[in-house]
Amino acid sequence: MRVLVGVKRVVDYAVKVRVAADKKAVDLSNVKMSMNPFCEIAVEEAVRLKESKAATEVVAVSVGPKQAQETIRTALAMGADRGIHVQTDLRTDQELDSKAVASILSKICADESPDCVILGKQSIDGDFGCTGSMLASLMSVPQCTFAANIDFEKKTVERETDAGTEVVAFPSLPAVFTADLRLNEPRYATLPNIMKAKKKKIATLSASDLGVDLSSGNEVLEVFEPPDREAGVFVETVDELVGKLKDEAGVI
Amino acid sequence: FIHFSTNFLLFSKSIMISAISSRAARTLTSTANRRLASTLIVADHDGSAVNASTLSTVTAASTLGDITVLVVGGSEDVAKSASNVQGVSKVLHASTEGYIGGENVAEAILAAHSSTPFTHILAPHSNLGKNSIPRAAATLSASPVTDVIEVQSSDTFVRPMYAGNALAKVKNSDDVKLVTVRPTAFDKAADTGGSAPVEALSFTESPSSPAFVSASESNSDRPDLSSAAVVVSGGRGMKNGDNFKMLESLADKMNGAVGASRAAVDAGYVPNELQVGQTGKVVAPDLYVAVGISGAIQHLSGMKDSKTIVAINKDKEAPIFQVSDYGLVQDLFDAVPEFEAKI
Repeated sequence: MRVLVGVKRVVDYAVKVRVAADKKAVDLSNVKMSMNPFCEIAVEEAVRLKESKAATEVVAVSVGPKQAQETIRTALAMGADRGIHVQTDLRTDQELDSKAVASILSKICADESPDCVILGKQSIDGDFGCTGSMLASLMSVPQCTFAANIDFEKKTVERETDAGTEVVAFPSLPAVFTADLRLNEPRYATLPNIMKAKKKKIATLSASDLGVDLSSGNEVLEVFEPPDREAGVFVETVDELVGKLKDEAGVI
Repeated sequence: FIHFSTNFLLFSKSIMISAISSRAARTLTSTANRRLASTLIVADHDGSAVNASTLSTVTAASTLGDITVLVVGGSEDVAKSASNVQGVSKVLHASTEGYIGGENVAEAILAAHSSTPFTHILAPHSNLGKNSIPRAAATLSASPVTDVIEVQSSDTFVRPMYAGNALAKVKNSDDVKLVTVRPTAFDKAADTGGSAPVEALSFTESPSSPAFVSASESNSDRPDLSSAAVVVSGGRGMKNGDNFKMLESLADKMNGAVGASRAAVDAGYVPNELQVGQTGKVVAPDLYVAVGISGAIQHLSGMKDSKTIVAINKDKEAPIFQVSDYGLVQDLFDAVPEFEAKI
């Protein structure tokens, strides 16, 4: 089984972002970038499939600027076999949209014929959460989103829902899976694997090589910070807390 | 006099011409840019009635023209509950025994849209909406706009990015706008007083649809976490799942729901559906009590729109105190029972 994994380079999850002065976008200058946490989980799942011999090859794909290659290298260091970098200078947090990425991935899948595609359920910059479903739609395959556990032998997936979890049986492969938080705990790439990863191949393409139009129906007119909450106060005792909730806040 | 009247005629003619031109120009522009808006709302339901997030979505669509609600699966009762909602013009009921997942719901959306094209297709940003809206959007070559917190006009929406640390004003130019809305950002429409006609909608189920096997849901008599007026939430400070009974007791006294931070869920104290945060549930109750929660960016993202926030944590430096209205630095194992006793 060949597994294709999408990985995205995003602002590190611990960074508190600031909006740029021109209010056109978030200020990314000198900000630490990392692999999207849900993409890490996706890579980990794919690598485990290879380790259990369920998969024969893991291909990591990223769409983004030249630095996206670093993100692909991290996937290779975690155990992916080769990478594909689709180069674009569009801002990947707001100009390059899910429709464009899904279109690119579907073209790549047409060439690579993976048995399964694993993506993160959302990227923590745009928080759209659309790419997996859009790709599955373009490929006309099942979308096993919010996966908490995948059983490729039984062809079932446990998915997170609003009310808990459910288990569904997917009819066939190929299918698109999107990784939720509890699918697995990703490994750290070890130094020997990081060195080995330097020898693995990354092919570079452009969207026009794939015949994909990157234009989006969405245009971000402005980016701004949400209004601040008014500063709160400390209370010394439970009595004081109860008093304030009754008399000031009026919530009890 | 002749000179004057000639000038007068020329003057008034030019006024008439410019008046006609600008009115004609406005008409041409509005015809080209703005068909009469009409919205399809994909209802979220529990099998017997549409839920609170659907009612909020109706409000979000209130400036977007006539509203048709699509109910996929569920009984006649669900369709009836949709038709009772104020502001709804029509209900389409796509009955099915099949699994109500993104694949099938997208097919139902496309069937509804192909018979009567809509300008807007909305859903709550719930599991159902998150799965079906993007899938349908891909078929329609549209760019979805998700988790919308404000509808500024028929083509301009505000949505959060970066765990809500930035808000984006987004303009969409697709012929049909595929949108999911954040339910806590919109008041619920009244669920009585409407009397929309219910029509059956037939659609072909997707060959890609999975089959339902089983579900594991905690059955609770407590209010639904997503829409409860009071939420009591526990974090890693609770130390184990048993200690959550203390929070359940407090929540019950206030007729509230119980939530949790990711840390508490990952540690196995409580099931995943209690998680509040960027990748869990977004809540905005009247009162949010954060107990033993440090306040990571990702957690704040899910509760910072609560009207009143109380934090109880023995660490004075915990980031949660930066968003709380009332902060109590005390051992939660003393504070919570005392708090429950005194309210």
